[in-house]
Amino acid sequence: MQSTSQPFISIQKVNKSFGEFQALKNVSLDIEAKQRIVVCGPSGSGKSTLIRCINQLEKHESGQIFIEGTELNDQLKDQQKTLSRVGMVFQQFNLFPHLTVLENITLGPLHALKIDKNKANALAMSYLDRVHIPEQADKYPRQLSGGQQQRVAIARSLCMEPEIILFDEPTSALDPEMINEVLEVMVELADSGMTMICVTHEMGFARRVADKMVFMDHGEIVEVAAPDQFFSNPTSLRCKDFLQKILHH
Amino acid sequence: MKKIVTLFVLLLLISGCSGDWGWYVVNPMQANGLSNLKFLFDGFYYTILLSVCSIFISVILGLLIALPGLSKKRGIRGINRTYVELVRAVPILVLILWVYYGLPQLAGISITVFWAGVLALALSDSAFEAEIFRAGIQSIDKGQYEAAHSISLSYSDTMRYVILPQAIKRILPALGNQLVYMMKMSSLVSIIGLQELTRRANELVVTEYRPLEIYTILVLEYLVLILIVSAGVRWLERRMQADENH
Repeated sequence: MQSTSQPFISIQKVNKSFGEFQALKNVSLDIEAKQRIVVCGPSGSGKSTLIRCINQLEKHESGQIFIEGTELNDQLKDQQKTLSRVGMVFQQFNLFPHLTVLENITLGPLHALKIDKNKANALAMSYLDRVHIPEQADKYPRQLSGGQQQRVAIARSLCMEPEIILFDEPTSALDPEMINEVLEVMVELADSGMTMICVTHEMGFARRVADKMVFMDHGEIVEVAAPDQFFSNPTSLRCKDFLQKILHH
Repeated sequence: MKKIVTLFVLLLLISGCSGDWGWYVVNPMQANGLSNLKFLFDGFYYTILLSVCSIFISVILGLLIALPGLSKKRGIRGINRTYVELVRAVPILVLILWVYYGLPQLAGISITVFWAGVLALALSDSAFEAEIFRAGIQSIDKGQYEAAHSISLSYSDTMRYVILPQAIKRILPALGNQLVYMMKMSSLVSIIGLQELTRRANELVVTEYRPLEIYTILVLEYLVLILIVSAGVRWLERRMQADENH
């Protein structure tokens, strides 16, 4: 319904600080529909803050963020409706511990999207199938491994049928042997054409799925490049330095 | 706990044999004693009803007072602080007297002894409930709000389905304490003439002149009531914990 020239998400000259600390400095970035973007950089470089601004977990102080031409700000009446097109997966999973897996996944569809219960359950089961743990539907989060919990979190996000999913270091809190089962699901998701922005240090994953690599440092976007060029021939010194550090081990 | 109670009752029985006691006044084997005992026991009705009604109202009131206390805006938090500080500063007995004798005149309404008691107890307790709720809600991890936001839940749905169920589980022991406290404080409502346990004991003492025996019964009445409630609260806690471990 919109003109084809405008990007799905457009971030323009966004600034954000926490007290004295400036987390984002004049950051601009466009994301096209179906694009898979991997954001990396040292800790404290503003990567998480950037994606948290996209679903307004953090309010940016200046600059503009558009989702298909709709600007995000407090005056926006159907802000909730616009934001429901954006899903998010957290480092610490953030599942609801008092609800079963199925209840975790259907909570949003039932109360935010007002889907009826049978439909929501069926939808939830189809997404649990997609993350390969339909048999865990009636368990509580604490009964699952970290990898399973993160897959439930992905299913919970998918069940809202978002048009883009933000991943905030989804494998950083996992034991090493569980990282792959989560990355596997993310790769499948990428293959299915989901628009994704992933903050991650999993460079193998980045190589496999990313259309565009973004390197951040000190609140700025330092380098944006296709993965081939990014890994073989990064232009900035800071990026080279960073890649050397994380690819060495 | 059971041992302590048995010991206490045993002590009473032994001392009852020492001559100064006059258990006849509440002896169920005698007609007068039986009717006295019945008179005293009938006080359970108002003591229980009063406590349950006031705890019910004070929990709801407390939650409503707690919510503005969680606001990021200072002005809204001020509403919570002012209420809590003001209400906490008034002794319960004084609040009971003011609600029963003062409020009807001020508001031009008439109020029964029972509802005056409920209102005073609930008001006084609501400040404490509000603090308990605030602490409970604040103990919930920020990630839970963020997850709720990420699936587009509104503020009220987030509270209702995500935050409060977890917070209430955590504050249950504190709420149980408050219920026990409230049951004890309900004895103060005797001052405005509500025929609960304490009032009835007072009235009987005036006619029978046996304060030692009658007040001893009164002590036992409260003891039994509170022990049962405590056991109930502990059972509920255990059940919720079991929920967590299955």
